[in-house]
Amino acid sequence: MKQEIQDLDVLIIGGGPAGLAAALRLRQNGIENILIAEREKQPGGILRQCIHDGFGLTRFREMLSGPEYAERFIREAEALKIPILTNASVTEITPDRIATVVARDGLRTYRARAIILAMGCRERTRGALAIPGSRPAGVFTAGVAQAYINLYNRMPAREVVILGSGDIGMIMARRLTLEGAHVQAVFEIQPYPSGLTRNIRQCLDDFGIPLHLSHTVTKVHGERRVTGVTVQEVGDGFRPIPGTEQFYPCDTLILSVGLIPENELSLGAGVKLDPHTRGPIVNERFETSVPGIFAAGNVLHVHDLADYVSLEAEELADAVTDYVTGKDLPDCSVSVTCDKNINHVIPQTVSLRESVNLSLRVNRPLTDVKVAAVQGGDVIAKKTLKKALPAEMISLHVPKDRILPGKELEVRIL
Amino acid sequence: MEHEYDVLIIGGGVVGCAIARELSAYRLQIGVLEKNPDVGYETSARNTGVVHGGFAYDVGSLKAALCVEGNRMMGELAKELHFPFKRCGKILVGHTEEEYARLLEVIRQGEACGASNLRMVDREELHTIIPSAEGNFALLSENSGIVDPFLMTSALAENAAENGVDFHLSCEVSDISREDGLWVIRTKNEVFTTRWIINSAGAQCGKISEMLGIRGYRIIFSKGDYIVLDPRLGTMVPMPIYTVPSNTYMGIHVTVTTEGNLLLGPTAENKEDPEDYGTEQKNLDFLYEEAMRIWPHFTKGDCIRTYSGVLPKWVDENGTIQDFRIEIRDKEAPNAVNLIGIESPGLTASVPIARYVIRLMKEREVFEPNADFNPARNEIRRFADCTREEQEALIRENPDYGEIVCRCSKVTRAEILSAIHNPLGARTMAAVKYRTRCMMGRCQGGYCQMRIAQMLETEAGLDPCEIMYARDGSPLFFGKVRG
Repeated sequence: MKQEIQDLDVLIIGGGPAGLAAALRLRQNGIENILIAEREKQPGGILRQCIHDGFGLTRFREMLSGPEYAERFIREAEALKIPILTNASVTEITPDRIATVVARDGLRTYRARAIILAMGCRERTRGALAIPGSRPAGVFTAGVAQAYINLYNRMPAREVVILGSGDIGMIMARRLTLEGAHVQAVFEIQPYPSGLTRNIRQCLDDFGIPLHLSHTVTKVHGERRVTGVTVQEVGDGFRPIPGTEQFYPCDTLILSVGLIPENELSLGAGVKLDPHTRGPIVNERFETSVPGIFAAGNVLHVHDLADYVSLEAEELADAVTDYVTGKDLPDCSVSVTCDKNINHVIPQTVSLRESVNLSLRVNRPLTDVKVAAVQGGDVIAKKTLKKALPAEMISLHVPKDRILPGKELEVRIL
Repeated sequence: MEHEYDVLIIGGGVVGCAIARELSAYRLQIGVLEKNPDVGYETSARNTGVVHGGFAYDVGSLKAALCVEGNRMMGELAKELHFPFKRCGKILVGHTEEEYARLLEVIRQGEACGASNLRMVDREELHTIIPSAEGNFALLSENSGIVDPFLMTSALAENAAENGVDFHLSCEVSDISREDGLWVIRTKNEVFTTRWIINSAGAQCGKISEMLGIRGYRIIFSKGDYIVLDPRLGTMVPMPIYTVPSNTYMGIHVTVTTEGNLLLGPTAENKEDPEDYGTEQKNLDFLYEEAMRIWPHFTKGDCIRTYSGVLPKWVDENGTIQDFRIEIRDKEAPNAVNLIGIESPGLTASVPIARYVIRLMKEREVFEPNADFNPARNEIRRFADCTREEQEALIRENPDYGEIVCRCSKVTRAEILSAIHNPLGARTMAAVKYRTRCMMGRCQGGYCQMRIAQMLETEAGLDPCEIMYARDGSPLFFGKVRG
């Protein structure tokens, strides 16, 4: 029975904010034969452990917690009877869109007309930073500490140092403090914070937790549980400055040092990745280099807010609807380039025949800037910003009627 | 509590576990005392896992003889006990005329020691074997290979346990005395009496030897730092790449593991404390630089973690490194087998060392064979390594195989449960990790560690505060957040 291949219009891999939003929109667009494959026992993805508020302001114009935000989508998915296969891991997808799913009742095989990659991202770990020293208990990524506290009711820390000013790290600084741990400081190797300004204010400043920029942990101490960390100021090329060593006694080191789109499955299908985003290279319809395989959300590029993940996934769902209904779609062969101030732009290729929303991040903090889409020296769309921070995504709408066909599209900071 | 044994083995490293397993073929009450909460936590698993050919040791030495024997039997042993072993060969690359002469000398020495399948290859053949290798010529040792050193150690231990050996984990020896013709060993909470005692304490061999009344051994601790690289590079290195060795130092090498990761290392530095395993930035920088000369195909970004290991070396008064010493001193310490300076190639030679120990014992006492001895160990079937048909069969038989817990290495709930219920009763996150590969992939447990900790609580009945990461005193939690 399970040996048989089941046909689907769309298989959605991942039931987090991207996958759920895409599924709902597809169903609203009249695409019936869809399935969400979710590896956890419940849908919701990372939102399940994000019990802080700050979700939904853009998407629902309401302040919600992560689980409440997820619940909005899950309830609607239930009402529309969208099938969600939980506790099921997709282990392989092929370029011709055949997926293998491992579940407790056996291996399942699906053949889909379109696959939506919505696997989200993972955290960078200590290993990737190669911090020297011992390997004791008590080194956790911020997301792991968050899961232990919010989902598993386990207290992993008492006396804490945090490395990295990513948003989850700052949110955990507040969460740990509220649960009785003592957070000594947050250290950031960059000369600017890597998380949102609102989190610095609400999670660090309000709790008197200092943020030290241009500092990093250069050694972990303790053979059993962490006994402390050595922190150093960094100079050119992030090299630790000799003589600035300071020892912080602590039992826990929390890491919030970056998120990496989770693309092992995509690579297996031959999807090409962008070295800057570490997500797939996509066209204006969120289609990857493999026809019929689409990507949105944190698997595509790491977002600052979950709301934008959902909005992006809804936009993607409209494109997938066009694809599976056989609509005639323009060729996207024109590359979008960017100047040295910009880290990346999504999408990477466009048709120059449709309106497009460009999503980008700057490389370093900039003030009083104009972000512009330029074609052959002509500015066809622009946005003025008092501040542009690497922590925040910038969105730039380029309307169809302004686009000049046949001319290369570049995004620049003016 | 008091325990009485015929043989008590001090140290659950690969040699102690091999002795336990080999001795369990006789009708004897056997116990192993290990200070850590699992076997193989020190020297045994902190190395490159290379199965040596036996050519880089002095002719006539125990190191050479036992290594050659260990190399010969490794295939059989790996099949019986189900641990990963590949006879992939090993290459020693050279550039200069002096190095060429030295390698020829190594071949002569190796052949005199009984090592075989050693030959020189020219530049062209070297690049056919390993296109990415640097060098003008090389010595190829076809018999060399790689094992997973932790799984080899735990496989020996689990097989011993299945054959009736008692493993006393988290049991550090604090005192040894001789009373009424028996050895009395005290740990923090327990007393053991035994007719035979075996010192296979590895890095602590000197300390235990003193406790037995055998004094004067000078042991130095040679510490080496290693770097682990992402498995995506593993396919470029089909076998370990070494430089030209001396008889006491192998040099920095690039090794592939049975899991397909690359290892760079080790550095070599003498240390006072045998259990200071912290790595140092200066050593890592040195390793990057040195390894780059041998195999310039990685970047610092390929590093996924670092670790270190310690080799206990017996040295004479001039500091010259000595052979293995395996002895029974009937007058000073009757019925005590003393193993001193068991360093590299101790992993390769572990079972021959065990058989050598048993020969010494049998010269003094007749051991009756254990008719129930079963040399085979059931393995944990790895879902990720199975064919699709095998995977379907596994899930049909046990639905826990249909639940992937660690997504990076595709480790299922069934495998985690088998590891938690291992025959030794090891109960830590590391015990599960090393037996299954979970938490070893790209996310380093970011996705699965919470569920593994939870399974340790529910399956092993541990309190949250009793879950250790690796060693005793390495708790994951300080309690519950609420109630």
